Amino acid sequence: MSIELKNITKQFGGVSAVNDVSFTVADGQLVALLGPSGCGKTTVLRMISGLEAPTAGEIFVRGKRVNDVPVQKRNIGFVFQGYALFKSMSVADNIAFGLKIKKWAKADRDARVAELIALLGLKDLEKRYPHQLSGGQRQRVALARALAPKPDVLLLDEPFAAVDAKIRQELREMLVNLHHELNVTTIFVTHDQEEAMEVSNRIVIFDKGRLAQIGTPREVYEEPASEFVARFIGVMNVLDCEVREGVARYGELEFPTHGVTDGQRLRIGFRPYAVQVSNDLTAHRHFAVLRHTYFLGVLLRLELELPSGLIIRARMSKEEYARLNLTEGREVSLQIRQYRVLAREGESLPPEVSVTHSLSLSPGEGI
Amino acid sequence: MAGIPKRKLSAGHRKSQRGTEESPFVKWLLITVALLFSLVFLLLPLINVFAQAFAKGFTVYWDALKHPNTLSAMKLTLLVTIICVPLNVLFGLAAAWAITKFEFRGKSLLITLIDLPFSVSPVVAGLMFVVLFGLQGFFGEWLADREIRIIFAVPGIALATLFVTFPFVARELIPIMQAAGSDQEQSALTLGANGWQTFWYVTLPSVKMGLLYGTILCIARCVGEFGAVSVVSGHITGKTDTVPLHVEKLYNEYQGAAAFAVASILALGALLTLGLKTWLEWREAKLEELAQQAEQAITQ
Amino acid sequence: MAEKKFRVLPGFGLTMGFTLFYLSVLVLIPIGGLFLRTFSLSWADFWKLATTDRALAAYQLTFGASLAAAIINAVFGTLLAWVLVRYDFPGRRFIDALVDFPFALPTAVAGLTLASLFAENGWLGQFLVPMGIKGAFTPLGVVIALTFVGMPFVVRTLQPVLEHLDRDVEEAAATLGAGRLRTFVSVIAPTLLPPVITGFALAFARAIGEYGSIVFISGNLPMKTEIAPYLIVIRLEEYDYTGAMALAVVLLIISFALLAVINVLEQWANRFSR
Repeated sequence: MSIELKNITKQFGGVSAVNDVSFTVADGQLVALLGPSGCGKTTVLRMISGLEAPTAGEIFVRGKRVNDVPVQKRNIGFVFQGYALFKSMSVADNIAFGLKIKKWAKADRDARVAELIALLGLKDLEKRYPHQLSGGQRQRVALARALAPKPDVLLLDEPFAAVDAKIRQELREMLVNLHHELNVTTIFVTHDQEEAMEVSNRIVIFDKGRLAQIGTPREVYEEPASEFVARFIGVMNVLDCEVREGVARYGELEFPTHGVTDGQRLRIGFRPYAVQVSNDLTAHRHFAVLRHTYFLGVLLRLELELPSGLIIRARMSKEEYARLNLTEGREVSLQIRQYRVLAREGESLPPEVSVTHSLSLSPGEGI
Repeated sequence: MAGIPKRKLSAGHRKSQRGTEESPFVKWLLITVALLFSLVFLLLPLINVFAQAFAKGFTVYWDALKHPNTLSAMKLTLLVTIICVPLNVLFGLAAAWAITKFEFRGKSLLITLIDLPFSVSPVVAGLMFVVLFGLQGFFGEWLADREIRIIFAVPGIALATLFVTFPFVARELIPIMQAAGSDQEQSALTLGANGWQTFWYVTLPSVKMGLLYGTILCIARCVGEFGAVSVVSGHITGKTDTVPLHVEKLYNEYQGAAAFAVASILALGALLTLGLKTWLEWREAKLEELAQQAEQAITQ
Repeated sequence: MAEKKFRVLPGFGLTMGFTLFYLSVLVLIPIGGLFLRTFSLSWADFWKLATTDRALAAYQLTFGASLAAAIINAVFGTLLAWVLVRYDFPGRRFIDALVDFPFALPTAVAGLTLASLFAENGWLGQFLVPMGIKGAFTPLGVVIALTFVGMPFVVRTLQPVLEHLDRDVEEAAATLGAGRLRTFVSVIAPTLLPPVITGFALAFARAIGEYGSIVFISGNLPMKTEIAPYLIVIRLEEYDYTGAMALAVVLLIISFALLAVINVLEQWANRFSR
């Protein structure tokens, strides 16, 4: 079910929560609406569902304008942040509710409920009441309830925010699997960029009510359209550089760029993986001391201190760390293979101008 | 009130051991004073009603109850209760829905208006309706022309009782529905339910206890209202005497035992109300306990 | 583009309309009618009717007795709430349930039974009257009746606060060397003050409006044991409508003032809780 938002604006009192947002969700996609708290993403979700009405702009589902269609008739499934299960009904009755409203025959209802109970791993919980369920179980019941009437779109509002970290991981995987099996167009809201990256196949990033970027996880990570996106997604080293002799400089670091004039101030960003580190002090141009190593499981994050006192973050695998025989306090050489100009003289750059600069990539070296 | 831990009283020790308890002497002194206070102001008045009622023997008691005036008073009280309670329940539900599910200006003024009858003297309440509908009142002539009697008749009594008792159900429902929020209702909407279905299947079941509680309080007050009804009823024996008014009349006619006999029925009603209230509270506490236990068992 | 208020939940118009209709018929129009009628009096006339000697005596009794009753309830209500929450003793549950008795009992019955208890030949009166404590047909009787009807207010307002009181604070005081009384005065009492005051105000408001129980116990002697609401009834029976209305308006204005004060108090008390 394709969904299109055209110039959607929402004002509460005099404040614009959502400002001129337009984007399209194609049929069957799993899209994340991502952004920090208060950026308007939940409001956009609720407007798609019909629980809020836009102050301006239009919403189209399957080509049809739905602004005036009440929420009951939009055939959407909605999962609330607090689950909003019906406290006085059993799990089975909760799931069957939408079917009862649509006047399904009892036999069909029971069959469908059984189907969803199996699908979401809720066996033996049919007769329980919400207060007798764990957080993860409640979330699954909420999902089952929303999916039972076969909605055209599934909308989820920060569905995993209230659960323990471990359960969150299981639920994320479950959502992806569900999406695969049912192929329902799914839109979910999250403030967790890791979650968005892991689960969705397209991310819509919001910044203070406006659209910051739309893209695949890879696109928003490697080609952030603005400093906001660059900082929000993943870890980024950001430096305020000044252009001298055609090259942007910070301390001893140099970032060749084009289209700049001397004296200009630029903001340069590079990802930790783009920092190439060697224990051979002649291999690269710059030097640093390994101040601290963070163990993150398969990867390690390194904090490198340059002679000027600047600290940059790098990343490498366990194997490479061992191969380079690194320890804290060790001196290393480094160079930055890939970087982007994020902003110029205090302004953000329009997306087309941002380009990722790469230094001497040898063939075979991927990103 | 469930779950108050039992304390082990250390016999023979004057000073408390933990430093966070009073000495047993102080404790039992306080308990004794509290019990005395309760005795004088709660228990004795209750027992006295029945003692006085049966003071002249069972026959007098029974005759007083069987008396046609008593019976018609009971019928009138019953009638007024049957009229007022459903109307007040409807109001309570409507007001609670409007107040707790929507945002609008003047909400606190509205809530204050609902609380008003609690601070207005019932006599003033009765007087207000006399000013409106009495013979000398605003609508007095209009009503007299059409031979409609409100004051000194059942409609007046019902109106006065309505005024005094309408807040009860609303006041019970509003905090409950406020705390529940509107997420459940909104999710019912996303599943296709219209307003009535949402209200019937989702909202109503979640306020069952509060509704019952408020209704019981409302009934008790309908039956027992005195001041407001006294002003509007006209005290016409056999016609516009409710049971409390009938008690007053018997008392003024020096039929003490009969007055107490009828009063004992009201006292029994009060005890029934108390019993129901306590049972409901106990049930609610038990359910909460079970829910908490279930939650703990799951998170472990 | 008109900003029509979008409400996703249905039923606002219906429920709000019914609520406003109900309140208009029962509250707004009657009160309005009373004030309107009273405005037909000149200010001087109104003042005369509202401040006759008998009226002034009635106000004095109503206020004085209500205040006394509310204070007694504040003190003993606190005690009762404390004992019910903190201690366990045989009959605790029974007394706890019984606290609501004045709330559930029709006021006429309350007045009747209290009058009989404190009369000369009553169970309590037979001891108290010889001692000079006359409970019936005296202002004291009014205080007794008002104490009865107001009792649940302080207890029930205080109980939830006591139940949720953090014992940690008391234990901290103990570790710092404070004795039990000191702990109570410095640590516990300040937390209890807001709900006690709220309960006091509620009991006070209730007492001012009380009618049924007093009518039986006070004897209604003019200038001595006659409360303001009773004077209204007397004036009505004498067909002195304007006199009755003047008094009623005075009482109404006091009710409004009290409501406002109670609202403020409840907000203040809420700020202190937790």
